Amino acid sequence: MGLAPLIVILKTFAIWKKDERWNNTARFWGKILGITFLFGVVTGIPMEFQFGTNWAAFSRYAGGVIGQTLAMEGMFAFFLESSFIGLFLFGEKRLGPKAHWVSAVLLFIGTWLSGWFIIATNAWMQHPVGYEINPDGSAGLTSFWALVLNKWAVFEYMHNMGGAVMTGSFAVAALGAFYVLGRKQVEYGKMFLKVGVIVGCIASIWMLFPSGDLQGRMVAEHQPATLAGMEGLFDTTNGAPLVLIGQPDTEKQKLDNAVHIPNMLSFITYQRWNAQVKGLNEFPKDQQPTNVPLLYYSFHMMVGLGTIFIAIMVISAFWLWRGWLFGANWLMWIIMLSFPLPFIANTVGWMVAELGRQPWLVYGLFRTENGHSPMVSGGNVLFTLIGFFGMYTVLTLLYIFLMLRRIEHGADELGALDISLQEESSQPTGY
Amino acid sequence: METIWFTIIAFMLVCYVVLDGFDIGAGIVHYFVGRNDKERAVVISAVGPVWDGNEVWLLATGGTLYFAFPALYSAGFSGFYLPLIMVLWLLIMRAAGIELRHQLDNHLWTSFWDFVFSASSILLAIFFGAALGNVVRGVPLDGTGYFFEPLFTHWGVKGETGILDWFTVSSGVVAFVALAVHGANYLALKTDGELNVRARKVVGIGWFVLVIVTVLSLGAVLNVRPQILDNYYAMPVGWLIPLGVVLSLTAIKYFSAKGQDRNAFLASSVYLAMMLGGAVYGLYPNVLPALDPAFSLTVTNAKAGAYGLSVGLIWWTVGIIIALGYFTFLFRTFKGKVSVEEHH
Repeated sequence: MGLAPLIVILKTFAIWKKDERWNNTARFWGKILGITFLFGVVTGIPMEFQFGTNWAAFSRYAGGVIGQTLAMEGMFAFFLESSFIGLFLFGEKRLGPKAHWVSAVLLFIGTWLSGWFIIATNAWMQHPVGYEINPDGSAGLTSFWALVLNKWAVFEYMHNMGGAVMTGSFAVAALGAFYVLGRKQVEYGKMFLKVGVIVGCIASIWMLFPSGDLQGRMVAEHQPATLAGMEGLFDTTNGAPLVLIGQPDTEKQKLDNAVHIPNMLSFITYQRWNAQVKGLNEFPKDQQPTNVPLLYYSFHMMVGLGTIFIAIMVISAFWLWRGWLFGANWLMWIIMLSFPLPFIANTVGWMVAELGRQPWLVYGLFRTENGHSPMVSGGNVLFTLIGFFGMYTVLTLLYIFLMLRRIEHGADELGALDISLQEESSQPTGY
Repeated sequence: METIWFTIIAFMLVCYVVLDGFDIGAGIVHYFVGRNDKERAVVISAVGPVWDGNEVWLLATGGTLYFAFPALYSAGFSGFYLPLIMVLWLLIMRAAGIELRHQLDNHLWTSFWDFVFSASSILLAIFFGAALGNVVRGVPLDGTGYFFEPLFTHWGVKGETGILDWFTVSSGVVAFVALAVHGANYLALKTDGELNVRARKVVGIGWFVLVIVTVLSLGAVLNVRPQILDNYYAMPVGWLIPLGVVLSLTAIKYFSAKGQDRNAFLASSVYLAMMLGGAVYGLYPNVLPALDPAFSLTVTNAKAGAYGLSVGLIWWTVGIIIALGYFTFLFRTFKGKVSVEEHH
């Protein structure tokens, strides 16, 4: 989702500046997207099935509502994506530059629509709206637009897609730094750095403000117990501090070795220095997040990494603007080495959302412990879990292997192989 | 309203079987049509740009099923737990086979992925056929609205049934042969020269087997679920479906022998649609019959709320029109034959 808009930018440059090198960068990242897309598709299919196979009781409860968004994802996003990824990757020669640009844009729209429907599904689980409880106890839809335009979904989407773009631009910038520092494909490396740093700078600021801020206020308003868990706040406090570092001790109900900024949490949550923030003890035990330490660490890692991203990207953007970036090896080293960090930040961000929602599958309505498939035994689940573990390990190794090969070949080679590429595009062989 | 959604899902399922059916079929006959590395690359190229879009019909059908009949989705998917997860593994391996084969120009690498592609296609065809067989036979649903079936028990169709028994395995064999013929028709259409000749030969031999297994499977269905004829007696227009099966079978042979690959392919598409349609026609209003009919899931007791279903009809109609547009465009862009020479 993050690479798709970046590729549109690269394709736009190619047409606008009439420079074939930009087309080469677009082809290079298109190949990366193609392989990544494949691995995303095959590892993603089990997720849709899982609603039925492993979470049958939840599906029976909520299918009448979230079935809408999941089915719409299939109808509106999957068909669009799957058709245009084929056209984008193999149809360059058959389509011509303009239509090829359009196929890149449609691919981008498809992936982002897909994101919307998934986020709307998750948002309903976080903040259920537009539903009623049927006589048989299941949830039924009463307002289509309330579900699709859930306020929670809007903010969660802003934050999630920002994260995707940031990850994509870090990957582009980091590979650029790798090429420039390695004195290989230097020209392309600089192009990657330019695009990656500019987009990455905007995206990393966007993650804090406005998207992160808005998302945080939604949590404070609708899931106060989650907020307390994220912050490791055990007792209700007037003028609550913002904790930077510290280890929650759930036995003694306190935070060890806390380093904090006084009154800051109250301020960023309610814009008043002495506002009251509810602590975990305010809530009955069975409504508190089930794993407070992990939730707390996930949240602090996300915020900490986000702060580091802003620092790196703002400095890099300034250095780029002044024309110092390509001489500043120390800065390019930092960009290069920071490439895994956005992946970690995204993962822990989702852990905050999902751990924070516990003990609920649908917040306040349906508990996680009631959601599993009643007839599927633990032994069967373990069997399939081990199978998936093995299969995903193999896929991971294959993915890394193929990525390293692409990086080794680089964008330049795609340019040199321009003719053979066009042959390939006239007779597609798969991506 | 629920009947409309039943029909919609049946339509989407037919689209899936016809579309993904030909690339699974291509996988089944992979080694028969492609005799060396180059030729097998052609087979892969013929399905390369379209398999992903075809497979999306499965996801879209699954999503729509979840939306329209949530109780069916949860009972069916958790009840068929093990085989469904294995289908997922097979889908993953097949996708890897198609997409990773050409990433490296190395004989070991391509041989390996050829095998993965073909083996997973064969198993998928059999699994899908067996899945349909399970639905036709009925499953051990009880008052809770759930069931669970192990992979196999005593291979019989009564009592404690498993996913695999003599009947469901025979449905798997029918699916295997039918998709092999369908896939060979597709490859005949997409290739020329020796590959084309070989693909037609596979159709020719496969056709005889298909006629035999079709007749045998009809007998088996009537033995296991004689009630399937009730709808046909009640609404005799349904007899057009078996007539369509006979006509399409004849047409496959006729067109393939005359070298009209496109028409032969259309005929095998019609055959698949009729076979599936015939089963679905007989099942209605059941969506998942139980061995004890009192617990069967039907369009009425498995459906979602009325409001959701009517809203869905609006966006579904919009969505399917757009989607058919993409598919027409995609297949037009990649039409024409794939040949050996154009591969390095």
